[in-house]
Amino acid sequence: MTDVLERPVDAHVPDDHGHDEHHGPTGILKWLTTTDHKVIGLSYTVTAVIMLVIGGLFAEIIRGQLTTPNGSLVSLAQYNELFTMHGSVMIYLFAGPFAFGALANFVVPIQIGAPDMAYPRLNALSYWLYLTGSITMLSGFFTAGGAANFGWVGYAPLSNSLNTPGSGADLWIGGLLLTGFSAIFTGVNLSATIFYLRAPGMTMFRMPIFTWNLLVTAILILLAFPVLTAGLIMLYCDRHFGTHIFSVAGGGVPVLWQHIFWFWGHPEVYILALPFFGMVTEIIPVFSKKPVFGYKGMIFATISIAALSLGVWAHHMFTTGVVLLPFFSIMSLLIAVPTGIKIFNWIGTMWRGEIWFSTAMLMSIGFVVTFLIGGLTGIYLASPPLDFFTHDTYFVVAHFHSVVMALVLGGMAGLYYWGPKITGYLLNETIGKFQFWLLFLGTQVFTFPQYLLGLQGMPRRMAVYPHDPQWQNLNIWSSIGAAMIGISTLLFVINIMVSWKKYPAGDNPWDAHTLEWFTTSPPPHHNFYRLPQIRSERPTWDYNHPEHLAIAHGEHATEPEKVTSA
Amino acid sequence: MEIRTLPPQGAATRKRPWRRLRRVVALPLAALALSGCTVPSFGASQGVTTSSRSVFHLWQGFSIAAAIIGVFVLLLILWAVLAYRRKGDRIPKQSQYHIPLELAYTVVPILIVFGLFAATLVVENKEVANPATKVTINVNAFQWGWKFSYPGSNAFVVGQTTQDPVMVMPVDTNVHINLTSTDVIHGFYVKEFNFSRFALPGVKNQFTFRAVNTGTFFGQCTQLCGLYHSLMYFKVKVVSVSDYQKWLASFSDNTAAQNQQNVTNQQTSTGVPSKPTSSSGAN
Repeated sequence: MTDVLERPVDAHVPDDHGHDEHHGPTGILKWLTTTDHKVIGLSYTVTAVIMLVIGGLFAEIIRGQLTTPNGSLVSLAQYNELFTMHGSVMIYLFAGPFAFGALANFVVPIQIGAPDMAYPRLNALSYWLYLTGSITMLSGFFTAGGAANFGWVGYAPLSNSLNTPGSGADLWIGGLLLTGFSAIFTGVNLSATIFYLRAPGMTMFRMPIFTWNLLVTAILILLAFPVLTAGLIMLYCDRHFGTHIFSVAGGGVPVLWQHIFWFWGHPEVYILALPFFGMVTEIIPVFSKKPVFGYKGMIFATISIAALSLGVWAHHMFTTGVVLLPFFSIMSLLIAVPTGIKIFNWIGTMWRGEIWFSTAMLMSIGFVVTFLIGGLTGIYLASPPLDFFTHDTYFVVAHFHSVVMALVLGGMAGLYYWGPKITGYLLNETIGKFQFWLLFLGTQVFTFPQYLLGLQGMPRRMAVYPHDPQWQNLNIWSSIGAAMIGISTLLFVINIMVSWKKYPAGDNPWDAHTLEWFTTSPPPHHNFYRLPQIRSERPTWDYNHPEHLAIAHGEHATEPEKVTSA
Repeated sequence: MEIRTLPPQGAATRKRPWRRLRRVVALPLAALALSGCTVPSFGASQGVTTSSRSVFHLWQGFSIAAAIIGVFVLLLILWAVLAYRRKGDRIPKQSQYHIPLELAYTVVPILIVFGLFAATLVVENKEVANPATKVTINVNAFQWGWKFSYPGSNAFVVGQTTQDPVMVMPVDTNVHINLTSTDVIHGFYVKEFNFSRFALPGVKNQFTFRAVNTGTFFGQCTQLCGLYHSLMYFKVKVVSVSDYQKWLASFSDNTAAQNQQNVTNQQTSTGVPSKPTSSSGAN
């Protein structure tokens, strides 16, 4: 039943690797004391996937509640806790850490030929802050008042001590502060690593797109996260130390919280998205057997997305009536341009390629399609009149779930692609393909009814809704989609168990392009025994296929097919 | 220097998907031609105010743009996926740049975006304009209900959670709304108006409606405001100008207690709402 991977396996374990053996602690002690970016990256990956499962379980309960208008699966209070913690877990504890902590931690140093991150101990601190922050936030469920229940955005004044007493909210703030510091430290670490630890020959414009995207992400983290941290401290002071920063009664301004939150929150959207863009930008070229189309255009698109993302925060606040609509509208609309460039580049990469539909590639194509849907519906929301019409309805919920489910598809692509490098073993491709189709179709079945529900006027965050057969039908379809997504996640867990140490991967199972595929799977302690010459963003490909180098700048596909070797 | 020429592309492999593509394009075009010239609603509705109609037209415009772009890009993806499946161990041409093409897909989207922005500005300016108004309604949102009061008269309507207060307003008249909140942030949303606005504590948000149809419309709080957020409904009843005057006059010499009675009567006599009635509420 397995799809045997018939790629040539290039195993080159050198004979003299004894000198690099490390005899540190093993087992649990190794995991607790390590500063190795590969072990930390794996810890991040496992923790983030556990968070995905926890957040997913909350989502399934929410969808269960909404299958009937007067759902009685949970109470109104529990429902508010569930969607708050669903959003919080998914954004703060899964998507972010998975994006810049998990695969990035493992892959980025190897892609640039570095032995480790620039600050290995800071890297370990990042992970432990993330883990403790996650536990802190989730422990709200065990307090008397329950977990935080003011939505993942924690709008003031609902989040003050009068409207939300209880320690669940404080644990939410505390957990978010801890994971926020974890992110800031990772941002410092990634940018320092990428700027200072590149191997000889690895110039900035020879860095793989994934590394480029993580560099831009790291800089965005450094610009955005401290603002959130400051805002959280203000919120905590309002709750406990009698300040009135966000309360009208003391002369404060509730909307200030929204400005602070979204000044972090919109760059955060791209902090989440850019690493996943990077993942599929690694995967699509490899499985099309071509270099990424428009490499430099892709990098400039990434940089413009990041730059624009710092000036669009108030498009989340159009309906407050207190922001300058045209400015934030045009800035938000313009983000569609670099994002569109990326989509065309992905298509251009596949164009005239030889596409190998591995699970990683399928997930990546699923990502592009789902992201296209999420991107197009995002354009509506950048227009204030259309945002007035759809704000806080299920249309918005559907829009950002199209986007984040695209990221989940991209993340799964990344796991199927780099998993063999991390563990040395491939995952089962047949189960993987089932997982892909369930996840991809489930996502569409999940989001499309929500778009319609939003247009028909169903607001978000409703534990119960008016009796309307059409609303109920749409909600049931959405819940069916959510169940499909749940089953696909279960298939992933089953796949890990079924494939456990079964299909040895070899060093380069995908005939891939970048440096991590030049070393062993898993890589040795300091990543490399030797490095190839780095002459492009595809050093491993250039080494394996010296007669098939990328064709120089400006040549057109209509020319006769000649390949010139160096 | 070694020059190697790859075997020419098989014509057959390129033809097959093209035929498939023609069929994919032809079907929706035929469907569009058969359906006549009416622009589809793309899931939204016209609504009952002047600005809800312009928002609806903007929606249609955006949807046409999104549909064209979306279908075009999806077809490109579909084409790539069908036509360039791996057929062997051939290594394709390693082309990486095509500057004219890259410029095209940068410049054309910028033009589209500015077109959409221009359309947005037109509708937005219409929607946020502050025309002269004869009728003003103060809307105050609180946990978990609404109070509608009518400056210059004794009239007010107040209701909590399942009581569904009714905001009465005249048709074909500019109605000015002052929106405030006494506690947390709420969202004033009437689906048939294609409009929502936050009720912020400490801020008076102002906007104007001009309803073109009479009827009773469903409204509710869209911004999470605590435990009973999902039960915070209201209704908007658009009546003829004379009915509105009569309704307003009915408050003039009544006591507050009778006002409340009036509200209840209003509720029972509003008839069938155009959209769902409120749920009875769990828990």
